[in-house]
Amino acid sequence: MSSNVTPRGSEPKAHGREEGPLRAHCEVLGVKPSGSFWSLTLVAPAMAERARPGQFITLAVDVGGATLRRPFSIASVSQQGPRAGTLEIVFSGVGQGTHWLAGRSKHDVLDVVGPLGRGFPLPNRQVPALLVGGGYGAAPMLYLARTLVARGHRVDIVLGARTAEQIWNTVEAKRVASSATFTTDDGSLGTPGRVTDVLDDVAARAGTEVVYGCGPMPMLAGVSRWAAAMGLPSQMAVEEAMACGTGVCMTCVVPVRRKGERRNVRACVEGPVLNGARVDWDAVRSPAMAQRELDEEAG
Amino acid sequence: MTTSSARTPAPPAASTASGPSAAAEPDVDLSVDLGGVTLANPIVTASGTFGSGREIDQFFDVGRLGAVVAKSITREPRQGLPTPRMVETSGGMLNAIGLQNSGIEAWLAEDLPWLRERGIPAIVSLAGNTVDDFRVLAERLRDVEGILAVEANISCPNVEDRGMVFACRTDPTREAVRAVAGTLSVPVLAKLTPDVTDITAIAAAAREAGASGVSLINTLLGMAIDPETGRPRLGGVTGGLSGPAIKPVAVRAVHQVHQALPDLPIVGMGGVTTTTDVVEMIRAGASAVAVGTATFGNPMATLEVLEGLRAWLAERGIERVADLRGTVRLPG
Ligand SMILES: Cc1cc2nc3c(=O)[nH]c(=O)nc-3n(C[C@H](O)[C@H](O)[C@H](O)COP(=O)(O)OP(=O)(O)OC[C@H]3O[C@@H](n4cnc5c(N)ncnc54)[C@H](O)[C@@H]3O)c2cc1C
Ligand SMILES: Cc1cc2nc3c(=O)[nH]c(=O)nc-3n(C[C@H](O)[C@H](O)[C@H](O)COP(=O)(O)O)c2cc1C
Ligand code: FES
Repeated sequence: MSSNVTPRGSEPKAHGREEGPLRAHCEVLGVKPSGSFWSLTLVAPAMAERARPGQFITLAVDVGGATLRRPFSIASVSQQGPRAGTLEIVFSGVGQGTHWLAGRSKHDVLDVVGPLGRGFPLPNRQVPALLVGGGYGAAPMLYLARTLVARGHRVDIVLGARTAEQIWNTVEAKRVASSATFTTDDGSLGTPGRVTDVLDDVAARAGTEVVYGCGPMPMLAGVSRWAAAMGLPSQMAVEEAMACGTGVCMTCVVPVRRKGERRNVRACVEGPVLNGARVDWDAVRSPAMAQRELDEEAG
Repeated sequence: MTTSSARTPAPPAASTASGPSAAAEPDVDLSVDLGGVTLANPIVTASGTFGSGREIDQFFDVGRLGAVVAKSITREPRQGLPTPRMVETSGGMLNAIGLQNSGIEAWLAEDLPWLRERGIPAIVSLAGNTVDDFRVLAERLRDVEGILAVEANISCPNVEDRGMVFACRTDPTREAVRAVAGTLSVPVLAKLTPDVTDITAIAAAAREAGASGVSLINTLLGMAIDPETGRPRLGGVTGGLSGPAIKPVAVRAVHQVHQALPDLPIVGMGGVTTTTDVVEMIRAGASAVAVGTATFGNPMATLEVLEGLRAWLAERGIERVADLRGTVRLPG
């Protein structure tokens, strides 16, 4: 690549390759509230073409003192129709960077890197798949659901959160899946409790043969343990604090067992989708895990 | 807000007139000497922020950089510290990785061949916790071909000195550097910590022990605490501060060492993000400049500052980047 300057809203051809991540300045098509989340759509045709469910992008944010990008799962891509060549993320406003992103408007230009990481491996046979999403983790799950349904799979979805408004897009979940089950900690929607409470029933009804998950680490740990106990293969999109997102800094590691040994693998390149049975969930020390422990200490 | 180009959306294509355009520019000699070896240009990578180059090569041809300084390697593989390993702080970040790496054998088997095949100038970074670690690592490299230089990361705790960092005191600095420089014929750079009272004394000790140059600066030791839970934000409790926040400390360290030891080559680093950051480092006395944390915010950062530097020099009619070195104009 000869120039550091990318024309507005266009993507460079990456170093002569057809796959792998790109870095580009992409025009915002729109940002809108979506339940208690935000949906941001970018014009990013080359990234949209390369993207797979489970992969993510990173965005530069122009907020005081921030030097690092913010990672977000890809929620959807469009290759056809009026939105052809666009890519969507769904996020919650939790801090400075996400609030800044929520304040973008149409025609603004964002500095984007992606698609990054390993997406969900798709089964070779048309087996029934159970997809479990927590909070904004529902967005990549619905992207995967559409992909699996298009390939002829039966898909059943379970979405969970603390409270009803934190469950993203129940309408789309019901539309795309053979069954959609919701759980909330406070019982404000669906079954009171956690996603793991309903998995036995859903799996028995659906004849589940493979399990996918995306959401907070404690939820992924629970779903993976359940899948392992049921003898089902599971693939989980994990989340760890990431400085680079490209595999060079070693900050995002997750402990994984391989050949009897525990190794720290990079969530941004070897993941974010990891074999749930291989992750050493007891050794995961993400902030979400620590928070769950604190909550439990407090009763 | 930093001045990183990563933060700023690119201007419309029309404005490239002010940007680099190789054809229209007069030739600028970007080559620099680094203690007996010549780099084609002064922009290199900071150890631990670029892997061995393969990941970033997806974004641009990393062979265009002056050299790739690889992630520090140790005698045995290391799994490093528990997560969280990173927290963003104002103008930078703290990291506590614990030198996770696959060990020297895996690096020689997997990473060096790639660098050699691509013809990328490779600087190996060695880390250890005893003087013997450094000696053994250097011996392993003695007959290895395709290594331009070695960086001895002596900003590591020395277990034989109650965990005190080698580069905090002159004697351990001498011993660790001698273990590497006395073994190898390629230039050895000593990577120093800024967490010392007088960095010029440490640099002088490194040079006496055979270092061809010094790399300044490693991260500063820092800490962050979650105000609600009272827990340290890093799994390793304390960690290294890097990024724009530390640039003034780095410029000061480079300046002091260059004033004290004007002939000693220096790889300057610490918060370098923009073209003018590079210029500032070189004026302070850096022979070459390493980009670290900026690569996290922008995978193209190294290439962008390289192109930016060429344009900056051309616009001012400066024909050789080496002429800019140490051109700080002090009062009086
Ligand atoms: C692979 C991956 C996919 C993600 N996908 C989504 C998504 O689809 N939707 C969504 O809402 N969020 C997602 N997140 C979390 C999202 O990146 C953070 O919420 C966001 O970075 C917070 O930025 P902030 O500036 O608003 O918050 P601040 O708290 O001000 O951020 C400060 C720093 O902490 C880091 N950080 C904060 N929270 C997290 C977190 N949960 N995980 C990792 N780093 C964090 C930030 O990146 C930043 O460096 C994802 C994270 C990862 C690693
Ligand atoms: C995530 C991370 C990992 C690092 N790992 C190493 C390392 O393995 N060896 C080393 O000598 N320095 C290491 N450093 C220090 C950098 O090489 C550099 O000295 C420091 O970060 C200051 O430069 P910067 O502000 O441009 O990042 C690391 C820095 C970071 C941020
Ligand atoms: S975030 Fe840097 S290696 Fe994964």
